[in-house]
Amino acid sequence: MEYLFSTAVGALTAGGIYLVLRQRTFTVILGISLLTYAVNLFLFASGRLSINLPAVLRYGTETYGDPLPQALVLTAIVISFGMTAVIVMLGLGAYLAARDDRIDLDDATPGATDTAPAQGKGDMT
Amino acid sequence: MNHLILFPVLLPAVVGAIIILVMRFHTSLARTFSVATSLALLGIGWALLWEGASGRFMVYGLGNWPAPFGIVLVLDRLSALMVALTATLALPVLLYAIGSGWDTRGRHFHALFLFQLMGIFGAFLTGDIFNLFVFFEILLIASYGLMIHAGGTRRMRAGVQYVIYNLLGSTLFLFALGTLYAVTGTLNMADLALRVAEIPAEQSALIRVAAVLLLAVFAVKAALIPLHFWLPATYADAPAPIAALFAIMTKIGAYAILRVFTLIFGPGVVATQGLVGTWLMPAALVTLAVGMIGVLGARQMGRLAAFAAIGSMGTLLVAIALFTPQGTAAALYYMVHSTLAGAMLFLVVDLVRARRAGEADWLTPAPLMAQSGLVASLFFAAAIAMAGMPPLSGFLGKLLVMDAVRSHPLVWTIWAVILTTSLVAVLGFARAGSALFWNTLPPEAAPDAPTTLPFVATGGLLAMLTLLTLAAGPVTGFMAATAAQLTATGSYISAVLPDAPDAPDAPDAPDPSDPPEAPEAPAPEDTQ
Amino acid sequence: MPLILIAILPFLGALLPGLMIRAGRTVCAWTTATVTAAALIGLLVHAPAVLAGEVITYRLDWLPQLGLNANFMLDGLGLLFAGLILGIGLLIIIYARFYLSREDPMGTFYTYLLLFQGAMVGIVLSDNVLLMLVFWELTSLSSFLLIGYWKHLPEGRQGARMALAVTGMGGLALIGGMLILGQIAGSYDLSVILTQKDAVQASPLYLPALILILLGAFTKSAQFPFHFWLPHAMAAPTPVSAYLHSATMVKAGLFLMARLWPVLAGTPEWFYIVATTGLVTMVLGALIALFKDDLKALLAFSTVSHLGLITMLLGFGTPFAAVAAVFHIINHATFKAALFMTAGIIDHETQTRDIKRLGGLRHLMPVTFVIGTLAALSMAGIPLLNGFLSKEMMLEEAERTIWSGTPWLVPALATFGALLSAAYSFRFVIHTFMGPERHDYPARPHDPGFGLWGAPALLVVLVVVIGILPAAVAGGLVAAASGAVIGGDLPYYSLKIWHGITPALYMSIIALAGGAVLLALHRPLDRLWQATPRPEAKVIFDALMAGVVWLARAITAGVHNGSMARSGAVFAVTIVVAGYAAWAGGAQAPATRDLLPLAAVPLAGWFALMLVTLCLVFWHHQRLVALILIGVIGLIVSVGFVYFSAPDLALTQATVEVVTVILLLLMLNFIPKTTPFESSAGRRLRDGAIAVAVGLGAAALTFALQITDFAQPSISAYHLANSKTGGGGTNVVNVILVDFRGFDTFGEITVLGIAALVIFALTEAVLASPVGKWLANRPLNPDKAGDAHPLMMVVATRVMMPIALVVGTYIFLRGHNEPGGGFIAGLIVAIALVMQYMASGFDWAAARQRFPYHGIIAAGVLIAALTGVGSWFAGRPFLTSSFGYFEIWPIEEFELATAIAFDVGVFLCVVGAVMLALESLARLARRSGVRPSPHAMDVDPSRDVTAGGQ
Repeated sequence: MEYLFSTAVGALTAGGIYLVLRQRTFTVILGISLLTYAVNLFLFASGRLSINLPAVLRYGTETYGDPLPQALVLTAIVISFGMTAVIVMLGLGAYLAARDDRIDLDDATPGATDTAPAQGKGDMT
Repeated sequence: MNHLILFPVLLPAVVGAIIILVMRFHTSLARTFSVATSLALLGIGWALLWEGASGRFMVYGLGNWPAPFGIVLVLDRLSALMVALTATLALPVLLYAIGSGWDTRGRHFHALFLFQLMGIFGAFLTGDIFNLFVFFEILLIASYGLMIHAGGTRRMRAGVQYVIYNLLGSTLFLFALGTLYAVTGTLNMADLALRVAEIPAEQSALIRVAAVLLLAVFAVKAALIPLHFWLPATYADAPAPIAALFAIMTKIGAYAILRVFTLIFGPGVVATQGLVGTWLMPAALVTLAVGMIGVLGARQMGRLAAFAAIGSMGTLLVAIALFTPQGTAAALYYMVHSTLAGAMLFLVVDLVRARRAGEADWLTPAPLMAQSGLVASLFFAAAIAMAGMPPLSGFLGKLLVMDAVRSHPLVWTIWAVILTTSLVAVLGFARAGSALFWNTLPPEAAPDAPTTLPFVATGGLLAMLTLLTLAAGPVTGFMAATAAQLTATGSYISAVLPDAPDAPDAPDAPDPSDPPEAPEAPAPEDTQ
Repeated sequence: MPLILIAILPFLGALLPGLMIRAGRTVCAWTTATVTAAALIGLLVHAPAVLAGEVITYRLDWLPQLGLNANFMLDGLGLLFAGLILGIGLLIIIYARFYLSREDPMGTFYTYLLLFQGAMVGIVLSDNVLLMLVFWELTSLSSFLLIGYWKHLPEGRQGARMALAVTGMGGLALIGGMLILGQIAGSYDLSVILTQKDAVQASPLYLPALILILLGAFTKSAQFPFHFWLPHAMAAPTPVSAYLHSATMVKAGLFLMARLWPVLAGTPEWFYIVATTGLVTMVLGALIALFKDDLKALLAFSTVSHLGLITMLLGFGTPFAAVAAVFHIINHATFKAALFMTAGIIDHETQTRDIKRLGGLRHLMPVTFVIGTLAALSMAGIPLLNGFLSKEMMLEEAERTIWSGTPWLVPALATFGALLSAAYSFRFVIHTFMGPERHDYPARPHDPGFGLWGAPALLVVLVVVIGILPAAVAGGLVAAASGAVIGGDLPYYSLKIWHGITPALYMSIIALAGGAVLLALHRPLDRLWQATPRPEAKVIFDALMAGVVWLARAITAGVHNGSMARSGAVFAVTIVVAGYAAWAGGAQAPATRDLLPLAAVPLAGWFALMLVTLCLVFWHHQRLVALILIGVIGLIVSVGFVYFSAPDLALTQATVEVVTVILLLLMLNFIPKTTPFESSAGRRLRDGAIAVAVGLGAAALTFALQITDFAQPSISAYHLANSKTGGGGTNVVNVILVDFRGFDTFGEITVLGIAALVIFALTEAVLASPVGKWLANRPLNPDKAGDAHPLMMVVATRVMMPIALVVGTYIFLRGHNEPGGGFIAGLIVAIALVMQYMASGFDWAAARQRFPYHGIIAAGVLIAALTGVGSWFAGRPFLTSSFGYFEIWPIEEFELATAIAFDVGVFLCVVGAVMLALESLARLARRSGVRPSPHAMDVDPSRDVTAGGQ
């Protein structure tokens, strides 16, 4: 079982990283969400895997799944949801403003997106 | 009981919510409230500093649950210092934003500003590593909002990268926390310190991974090369007052490194022996070099300031990477300095942008700007501070750092790098200043910025730098005491876990009904 | 006056000129002069004691942890230099008042000048080398401002930056040197260091320290090969040149060497480095000076030459040479400052400094002629003028100096240098004042007012008086200063004009005669000189700077090219490498847990997950497909949570999934529906490799954690044990969220709220920008469903609404004891609301939405916060929960916990945040001219085509 779980986490991570390394905002966001699944599963598993255990306290039951990681994952899920929402809106805004959803900035050639003055070297000697 | 330690987190959250609830359409009201809150926070911050300076610990068990089972806030010298610094930085930045009208160029500035402060304060005060993650997220998401405040194509595109990069960082943080919990079974920092210390060398693999992942997470915050790529565009394209506030953001990374890698993965810990310093020192040197080279290479003032920030982080991390009391003390002094100086430089950047056509900050000839003389002298002061030239505190900080590395094997390399990069920075700033204020075209209808408040705010930061310089003796004394307290982890642990080390494995241990009152543990002698 | 005050006074005074300039230029000048005069008087008060051999000190702790303290001391050497700085400074201030034109901002000038003056005084009075460093760098900075004072002149700006680059470099080297020196001596206080000669010279670090310190001194004093910055600094106004570049700043390097002479001098290293540099500089500077046509350039290089002379004397390391050096420092300061002011006068009156355009001025400007000539002849070394005396001493010392076994080398070169010096001095006089009167001066020259010639005249008087009565006038000062330099008994020397027939006399005569001859031959020599190719220092320097800047830009642009993919790749690789290294550095604990058995259901799920992930990676160019696949993955994950007995997670994951997909759909509505294929195969291969590496890392880590147990029992045991008794709930996860770790939750809902605010603010920004207009009037996309609001969906959602609300409430209420809680309830309700928007259109739903979502969010945060604060009144910390069991007929016993109030806050915040976010996004989609449909149900698109909100 742990083999399956670990490989699943690995696959989600790998897929996520691959998509994050693409050039378009939308794809990168998908990659981030894949990574989020992966890390949530990972965090959940930090309490070790367990099956067929009661979710809430029952009389006479001694063994429960580790509740703490579950709480942490809940927090993480909600936070990452907020983050995803922001990046979605931001990516959309950037696209609408620039009519271009490439994620790279052209810092190497400054002024490509700004109105650079004629690059007179001025006093630069 | 004393709730003071909670206020830096609670107050901005509540006021921020109130602003959203009732005055989201009333600029003047919102301004009044946020300024009042910042003033209050300033008072609270310095009160906490006073409290922390006593050398005693203030521990606040939230929900009245005993550590390590609940979340605790812990105030020691270091956290008190950071809180006070943040509060001291926040007020002038806020005044500047109001004076320059930045706060009205988009929605929800003041609420986001307060939430940002809440996140920063929480990160400094919490004694629980997962809670640290939560506060990181709070300050991050608020910073996203502030960074793209007022919109704009270039800014939003830079914002996308900023957010994505930090989302990667947060993901990594969770991986690190998962590993940490899976190995130790706890999240409280003091408890972690106890448990990590007991891990034998032959089982160290996983905890070492956790340590390195954590270091990477904090390194992203601290803009340590090669994890610094988010910084230049973000700082250069954010509204300059916001970039000024962000001067504290990189310091959060530095703080976290200091906290976690002295308390939990301290030099004495068997499992992570010699793991961090070896990684940190070279990276810090490269960061310093790349930053200052960027200062010389920058074509725009905003990017120049951004790279100057990177360079100063390099210097700071050099001092931290020593993990000696002397190095830490030097680092703390330099941290205060570079926070104020970096913020001031960014405010000057905005002063310039506000006076140039189209807010362009290209380092090329432009019409003589309004109040050129005043802006020029402020730039001169900020440049001196950032380049670490006398007479301002940057020079003292640099000397302290250089003095602290004497015993390090790489001492000559470090000195060479620090001195050479200083020269590079001086050249960069000289070129920039000469291009901005000397090589001007005849004045034409250049925009002139109205109010005097921006100058007051910028001057305020300069005044603080001067104070930091004049009072260097007492300040470094405090820093030395802080470093000593940080090194003596025992006092921290016993303050958070009064009945350590057998607290963790006792489900029937202290009954939550009786409050585990913050034990004002007297600090050991060596912290005095 | 305490020493610190003397040093600080100019700094404080620097504030005045800027203000006083409003009261007029004269007032401004006199104020500045008063400041300097005050400092000077404060200094002279100490003179008698110091001349009597006393050392006055002032100590003040500044940064004791570092050994950097505000310790000052005043001895003979300090008195000499401070006297020069303040005395000549005073003259310069007066001179500048009449020199600067109306256009020049005089207040700024005097401010800079006083800053510089303070820095200089600080250097010469410092008893602490670190403190000296502070002032040292300050002189570099203030001289940067002074040289660039005429900011409209490019050469001024470039000269300023060149000076800053060179002297700044030296200053940084000096820092290193001083730190080493202090380390050896065990203190940064000169009074201690000066007693450590043996320790210092024995130390292995002596040579590095020496070299670094000398770098500082040589750059400041323009010694070869750093001499080139000085002539370019002459772009500054003449008062600056006279002050900084003849009398004071360039002497700082000499001062430093003199100051540390007792510790550093006397070793062969010292002799060969210092004396040789000085010798070369002296000859080279003099040679260049002879062929300069610009008066100031000529004087600049003559200064270089004389600085070299003094450096050489200090380098000899003998007491007598030290005396000669001190004496020449005095003399050079007097005649060279006078010469610069003369040049300034000529420039001021004739509007040119080109010696080729001058000549025959002696009748037109008799006063200037007398002053200039006397000063120049003193520089040439004519008897009865002070320059002669110190040059005699120099020659005398040179004559007995042996350079690596060759006794003739130093004397010969020294004589040659003196010869050249005589030559250019004569040239200054002859070519400027002598010869026929010309008629083509740019301006009609005549003697200026007393204001301009008064200062140089006074200096020339000194030149003559010292020249005639050296011992009487300067003897005491020289003795005191030399004593301070030597730090021991003075050698035998006598300051008098006639020493009898000595070798030095012959050398002197040779020098003067040769000088005259050389001048006679100047024209052919000049042609020869112009013909010979020489390396032009400025060109080299500029090329160097340009190269450095180009490199810096290349590096910066190369490293930060703005590519997200690349920085992401670097990030990933860094993590993997660092993680692996850390792992490999430790030892993996033995496996302590036995694995769970493999079952069919999870295996199927695993296959599905793997398959979908693969498909996603391969089909991600089809964005809608990719979005669907993401949703599927999310569902599989939540099912996985169910399987691993975590129902809360499953519920949350599922609901969050729905909202996320809706968000992405809204985004997809605007952006292109496909991703172009743009990355090369190699690039994809690289990314794939990185991705696989990271994936393997993650998998390995997960597995490694699964097979080992906690090092110590997890704290969650406590949570399980106290959930019911202490938290009043049997759903431990929920109790942890709202109680044990309620603070996390508080922060988390804040995050959610902030997210919504950010999204709202962004939407506002986008709508306010030009984009907003475009959005409002963009064309309808043709393949849009004709029926915007299908009847079935409208009906279904409206029927669902109350049910959803009930379910939400139920989920919420049971949350404390059964899976559920504030989040999930909030999300369910939010989804129900969103459905209304989707089914019936934005305007329809918005019109029926009574509470602003902002308010709901804020209320949520506030309720959560206030619940926490409530516990204060029970004297408990923030967020302390309490609960009790109540019975209200007919309902059976039920539980009330403050945690529930907290959960209400969570609930509200979630609802508000999700709704505000979605609503903001949806507002982008609205078109102008769309009115809310008046009909309760909008089922017939043909009825009202425009009612098509998205």
